[in-house]
Amino acid sequence: MSRRQNNLEALSFQIVMTVIAVLALILIVSPSLVVVIVSFTSGFSLKFPPPGYSTRWYVELWNAWQLQFAARNSVVVALWSTGLSVVLGVAAALAISRSKTLTAKLLDSLFMSPLVLPALAFGLAALMFFSLIGLPVSLLTLVIGHTIVCVPYVVRNTVAALAQLEPTLLESSAILGASRLYTFRRIVLPLIRPGIISGAFIAFMSSFDNVPVSLFLRDAATDMLPIRMWQDLEGKLDVTIAALSSVLIIATVALMAIMERTTGLSKRLTG
Amino acid sequence: MKSATTAPGDVTSFSLGLALPLGLAFAIFFVLPLAQLFYLSLHNDTAATVWGLGQYIKFLTDPFSLAVLGSTLLLGAEVTLACLVLGYPIAWLYQRSGSRVQTLIIMIVLLPLLTSVVVRTFAWIVILGRQGIINSVLQSLGLIGTPLRMIYTQGGLIAALAQVQMPLMVLPLITAIGRIDPNLSDASASLGAGSWRTFVKVMLPLSMPGIIAGCTLTYAAAITAFITQSLVGGGQMLFMPMYLYQQASTLQNWPFAAAISIIFLFAVLAIVALFSTLGRRARGYGDAR
Repeated sequence: MSRRQNNLEALSFQIVMTVIAVLALILIVSPSLVVVIVSFTSGFSLKFPPPGYSTRWYVELWNAWQLQFAARNSVVVALWSTGLSVVLGVAAALAISRSKTLTAKLLDSLFMSPLVLPALAFGLAALMFFSLIGLPVSLLTLVIGHTIVCVPYVVRNTVAALAQLEPTLLESSAILGASRLYTFRRIVLPLIRPGIISGAFIAFMSSFDNVPVSLFLRDAATDMLPIRMWQDLEGKLDVTIAALSSVLIIATVALMAIMERTTGLSKRLTG
Repeated sequence: MKSATTAPGDVTSFSLGLALPLGLAFAIFFVLPLAQLFYLSLHNDTAATVWGLGQYIKFLTDPFSLAVLGSTLLLGAEVTLACLVLGYPIAWLYQRSGSRVQTLIIMIVLLPLLTSVVVRTFAWIVILGRQGIINSVLQSLGLIGTPLRMIYTQGGLIAALAQVQMPLMVLPLITAIGRIDPNLSDASASLGAGSWRTFVKVMLPLSMPGIIAGCTLTYAAAITAFITQSLVGGGQMLFMPMYLYQQASTLQNWPFAAAISIIFLFAVLAIVALFSTLGRRARGYGDAR
């Protein structure tokens, strides 16, 4: 094969790969952009491009008390679930990460299993279980259900952070006379903090966005935002939802930027 | 590293007892409910008094139920393939870019992962709808007279699911491609193999662990994506999650819903097991070189 042919061949490969990659990236971003643009429409439909621009649907959103009520519930449940996930998950991660025993391995698989199992099956199972033990659906049952499906993110990220911790640091600290608690507070915790924070961040987002568990464990008094939005969209295509969606997209981008600054989220997720 | 065991006085490890609170929580609120679900599915009547395999027989002999299961598994395969074809070049581009572009790519890929799934799905309703972008562009170009029906179609659903699940494919691929020794591609090139040949013979096999991991995550997510399936797929197409929800919530047929859950659960576990077996083979293949 001549050099010229070889160059052409290499070029064709690079062009094809780059074009697909760029198209795929556009495919990923464009839906979010479209929602933000359409939320500023002056019309009554989701027509794109919008006939004119206004902020009327944001005013509408300001008065949509049902959506606000659901949003408040979602935030409350996400905060409690994240808090519980961090306390239980970090303790469990400490226990299993440095142990090579079979028990530790089995516990690890158990704690990770909610990520693989269809969450809808767990949602139904949890509903049946709570009705069997006579616990009516409430914010409490939602927090319990969400914690089970969110805690794996905290465990996984904390275990990953602990794996990078040098055991010699702990030994040196002990040799210098520090108690185990002191070593934990002053050496271990600061070093694994970014891992815990990024795990907590993902746990919070996935609780806030949870559908399969909330679907079964909420009722009218404990309405959750994703379910409320879904039911609104099933009925009619409301532009208020576009305004709410664009608020959520912008909030997510802002949170991501903060997380990237503080914990280097992107490097953490790509290993 | 002998010090990694839990010997008394060992300061580098922590007591296994720290896992007790979470272990108990999982035993009560995760294992028990799933056991109860399984128990209920083994009853023939809704009051759960008559033991039997009636619910499973009902599902496995009903052509309608089997068609729902089949179309769900097929949907997962189509979405996974779409994600792989579109996601691999993204991971490839990532590994060849400078660090600024890398951060940008990661942020773009992460955005849908962290945005609410209802929001992402809603975006596709706006795009695919009668007055959506695609229809207005095609109409203004004069290519079509009346709006095309794209929402509530299999094609529209696959596009939406592929976009929604793309991060789950791209992230493991980026990790896997990053671990490939770049000298291998150079060696292949200097031995006379062209770029395409090097890609097929060197890069693809070596990134197989990432491909398998990405496919597992994407597949499991695509077949359980309740919201996207119901909003973009519409009432015409029925998949396992909605089928389960209808039986449980609307019809209150808990034993049958439980059986559907168990069958669905095992279908997902079988797929995951299949992928991880493939993954082990692929890893052995990679190590052997």
